[in-house]
Amino acid sequence: MSNTVSKDSGEKRELISFRMAKQEFCIDIRTVREIRGYTAATPLPKTPEYIVGVINLRGTVLPVIDLGLRMGLKAIEPTARSVIIVVKLGQQLFGLLVDAVSDILGVTEDMIQPNPDLNNERARSFVSGMMTIDDRMIAIIEAASIHPQRMDIAA
Amino acid sequence: MSGMDEIRQTFFEECAEQLEELEQGLLAMQNGESDSETVHAVFRAVHSIKGGAGAFHLTELVGFAHTFENVLDLVRSDKLAPTPEVLAVLLRSADVLIDLVELARNEEPVDPSSYADVAQALDGLRGVGPGVVALPEDEDDDGMGDLNFTPVQVSLDDLMGGDDEGGANVFHIAFKPLPALYANANESMRLIREVIALGNADVRCDLSAVPDLDRIDPEGAYLSWNIRLETNSPRSAIEEIFEFVEGDCELTIEDEAAEGDRGEPGLAGEDLDNNVASLLAMLNLGEPATEEAPDDDDPGDGSTIVSSSEDAIESEPAPVAAEPVKAAPAKTASIAETKTFEEPAEPAELADTANEPAAASGEAKRSNAPASTSIRVDLERVDRLIDLVGELVIHQVMLSQRAQQAGLAPGSELTLGLEDLEQLTRQLQDSVMAIRAQSVKSVFQKLPRLVREVCSATGKTVRLVTEGEYTEVDKTVIERLSDPLTHMIRNAIDHGIEAPEDRIAAGKKPEGTICVSAAHRSGRIAIEISDDGAGINRERVFDIAVKKGLVPAGVNLTDEEIDNLIFRPGFSTKEEASELSGRGVGMDVVKQSIQSLGGRVSIASQPGQGSKFTLSLPLTLAVLDGMIVSAGDNTLVLPLTAVLETLKPNTSDVKNFCNETNLIRLRDQFLPVIDVARCLGFRSEQKEPSEGVTVLVESENGTRQALLVDAIQGQRQVVIKSLETNYGRVDGVSAATILGDGRVALILDVDALTASGRAEGGPPKEIMSIAAE
Repeated sequence: MSNTVSKDSGEKRELISFRMAKQEFCIDIRTVREIRGYTAATPLPKTPEYIVGVINLRGTVLPVIDLGLRMGLKAIEPTARSVIIVVKLGQQLFGLLVDAVSDILGVTEDMIQPNPDLNNERARSFVSGMMTIDDRMIAIIEAASIHPQRMDIAA
Repeated sequence: MSGMDEIRQTFFEECAEQLEELEQGLLAMQNGESDSETVHAVFRAVHSIKGGAGAFHLTELVGFAHTFENVLDLVRSDKLAPTPEVLAVLLRSADVLIDLVELARNEEPVDPSSYADVAQALDGLRGVGPGVVALPEDEDDDGMGDLNFTPVQVSLDDLMGGDDEGGANVFHIAFKPLPALYANANESMRLIREVIALGNADVRCDLSAVPDLDRIDPEGAYLSWNIRLETNSPRSAIEEIFEFVEGDCELTIEDEAAEGDRGEPGLAGEDLDNNVASLLAMLNLGEPATEEAPDDDDPGDGSTIVSSSEDAIESEPAPVAAEPVKAAPAKTASIAETKTFEEPAEPAELADTANEPAAASGEAKRSNAPASTSIRVDLERVDRLIDLVGELVIHQVMLSQRAQQAGLAPGSELTLGLEDLEQLTRQLQDSVMAIRAQSVKSVFQKLPRLVREVCSATGKTVRLVTEGEYTEVDKTVIERLSDPLTHMIRNAIDHGIEAPEDRIAAGKKPEGTICVSAAHRSGRIAIEISDDGAGINRERVFDIAVKKGLVPAGVNLTDEEIDNLIFRPGFSTKEEASELSGRGVGMDVVKQSIQSLGGRVSIASQPGQGSKFTLSLPLTLAVLDGMIVSAGDNTLVLPLTAVLETLKPNTSDVKNFCNETNLIRLRDQFLPVIDVARCLGFRSEQKEPSEGVTVLVESENGTRQALLVDAIQGQRQVVIKSLETNYGRVDGVSAATILGDGRVALILDVDALTASGRAEGGPPKEIMSIAAE
C-alpha cells in the first residue's frame, strides 16, 4: 500500500467507529464534539428526508441528520442504542443519527486506502477512505460533506 | 498602532456624547430653558471636542470648533444674547460640527466650502458682541455671580468686573502636607489653586524644611505653604477643599477677623516672575534652603511668593501646571470643584464651575454621573449573557415541570425552592434584558436636525415636540427604528404639514407642530408621530390607488381602509417625487421594516386636523410573545403580534372552493383557511376545519388568513433561537424555541406560511387582497 499523504505518514489518527445499516463507518475524532443518546427530534418542514429534525442540545437548536438516508442507505430506526454524534464544523454544529458507536480507532495513514471503489455513487461522495482492521471493513466519512447547507455553499 | 486606534475610538465615542449634550443644550436654550449651566455645558462640549480633535490633528474640526467656541463664549459671558436668530446659527453650527466629526471618524476629506456660510454666520455673530476678543479667562470675573448671595457686601470692583476679587472674609491658612498626602496621589498645587479660586490669595511657600540634595527623600514632603485669602466664601468652603487630604497634612485655618492681622498681604513690590522662577529652580533642582526653619508667620528668606495671578501658575512648567488651566477663579467652592480635580483630563471643567451654589451642586451631579453610572461593555458579552440566561430559563421551566411530574407535594421544600428559583430566574432575565435596553433618546435626538433640514428644503416651519424620550427598548429595536421614524417625519412635514400661507388660510398657526412620543404600553413600546397638518386627503389617495391599479375603481372602502392604502407597495401621493420623501420608497417600506421587528403601524387621520401614526413594537427581539398551538402531533408557536383573533368555526361557515381550498366566512368576508399541519407537510390529508381551531392572522402585507390548527395550548413568552446558526433557512419557519419540556418548537413565519398557502391553489391574489382590506 503506497502512501499518498506522505506528511501524515506514521502519525496516528484517531477515528470514532460506528455501525449503521449493518456496516461499519468511522469519522475523525477531531470533528466530534460529543456523543449523546437518541432523543426524539422536532421535525423540520419542507426539508430533505434525511433531516430528522432538530433537538435541544443544552439550549442550542441542533439539526440531526439520518446518516443512513443521507448516504442513500436505509433509514435508521431509532432504538435505545441509537446515538447522535454531535459534529462541529467551523462554527456549525449538527448531529448524525447512527445505530451505535462501537470503538475508537487509532490508525496510521498507511492503513487507509484513499480511493475506494464503491458501487454506490452517493455513498462514495461522503467517503474519503477505506481500511481493514481485524477483517472488518471500515469506511471513513468526511464530516464536511454531510451537512446539506454546506454542500449547497460548496456547490 | 492599535493603542492609538483605541484612543481614537474613545475620542469619537466621547465626541458623540459631547455632541449630544451640545444639541440638547442648544435646544433647551431655544425653548427658553437656558440657565447658565446649560450655556456652560454647551460651551464645554464644543471645547472638549476641539481639545480632542487637536490631539488627532483634525485641523478643520479644530478650526471650526474654535470659531464656534468663541461665539458660545460670547453667549456665556452675556455679551451676546441668545436670540432665536443667534440660536439658529448655533444649531446649524452644531450640525456642521456633527458632520465634521463624522467625516473625521470615517477619515474622509473635508470640504471647507460646504460649511463656509455657517462659519461666516458665526464670524458675523462675533462682530455683534461688544467685546469681540473675549477670552475665556475673563468670563467668570464679571462679578455678577456675587450679587446672588452677598446682598450687603457689594464691592465696586466686583461690579466693574475688575480682577481684584477681595472678599468679606480673610483667612490665614497654614498648609503643610505630610508624605502620606503625596503617597495618596494628591497634589498640593491643586489644592492651593483651589484655594486661590476662592478669592484673592497670597501664597507663600516655605522652603525652609528642604534638606540638602543628598539627604532628600524623593518621597518626602518638605514644602509648606502659608496662604492669606480674601474671600466671600465661608470657612467651610476652604475646609471642603482640604477634605480629601484630612489627616495627610497639617492644616490650620484662622479667621483674620477673629485673630487679628497676622500676615502681610500683598507684597506688592515683589517681582513675581523672579519669585516663581526661583521657586521653580528650587523645586526642580532640590536646592536646599539655607535658613533655619522660620515660624509660620514669618515668610523668611527661604519663602517664595506665588500670587493668585493665573499667569504665575500657567508659566510654571511643573507637572501640575502642565495641564492647561483655562480657568478663571470662581468665587464659590463646591464639591464640584473638588471633583474636577480628580478628572484632570477635563481642564474645561474648571472654567465652568458656576457661581451660584445651586448651579454648582448641579454641576457636581452632572460631572460625577458619567464616571460612576455607566461602563462600556462589548455587545457580544452582553449577548452571550442573554443567551445563557435564556438557557437558564428553559432549564428552570423544565425542572419545575419534572418536579410536578414526579408528584411532589405542593408545599414540599423542594417545590418551594423551585418556586424561588423561578422568581430569581425571571428577575435575572429581566435584569439582563435591561442591559440591552436603551432609551429612545438616541433616536429622538436626531430628529430636531432632520426637522430643520426638511423645513429649510420645503419652506415650512415646524416645531418638533418630543415626549417620553427616556422610554427604554432593546438596542436592536432602537437601531432599526431610526430609518422608519426618519421617513415618517419627512412624510409628515412634506405631505402632512401645509405651507405657512395655507395654514394661515385654514385658520391655524403658520408654524406646524409635529409631536413624537414614546411610551410603554402593555409590554410593548408605542411610538406616536402626530402632526397638525391637513390630514390624509382620502379622495386623492383613493384616486391614486385606482390609477396605480392597487384597487379596482368604484370599490367601496371605509375611511380606515383608504388611509391604509398609503402603506401599499407602489403608492406615492406626490405627483412628482419630491427630493425628500419621494425616493422611490414609500410608507410600505416603513410598514415592512416595522413589521420585520415584530411591530405594527396604525394610522388615524382627521381631515384638516392632522394625522397620527402609531408604531407598536416589541421591547426586545430576544424573546417573543407567542401562542402555543398544536398541529399534527407537533407543537408550534405563532407570534402573537400576527394574531388578530381565534375562533372555532361552525361547519356552515366553511365553504369549499374548487375542491382544494376551504374558505371561512367571517363577518361577510371570505378568508382562505390554511391547514398549518398540511402546509408544513406534517399531514397529507386536509383536516376538517370544524374539528380544529382557526387563528385569524394578518401577514406583513396586510392580508388576512385563517390558520387551521388542532388546538391552542396557551400563550407564553418564548426565547427566540435561530435555526440559521446550525442549519439554514426553513420555509414557513422564522426561528425555533425550546419549550418547558425541553423539546424544540418551531416559530411559524406567518408571512411565508400564508404566501405558500396561496401558492398551493388559493384564490387569485388580487381578489383576496381586496377582500382582506
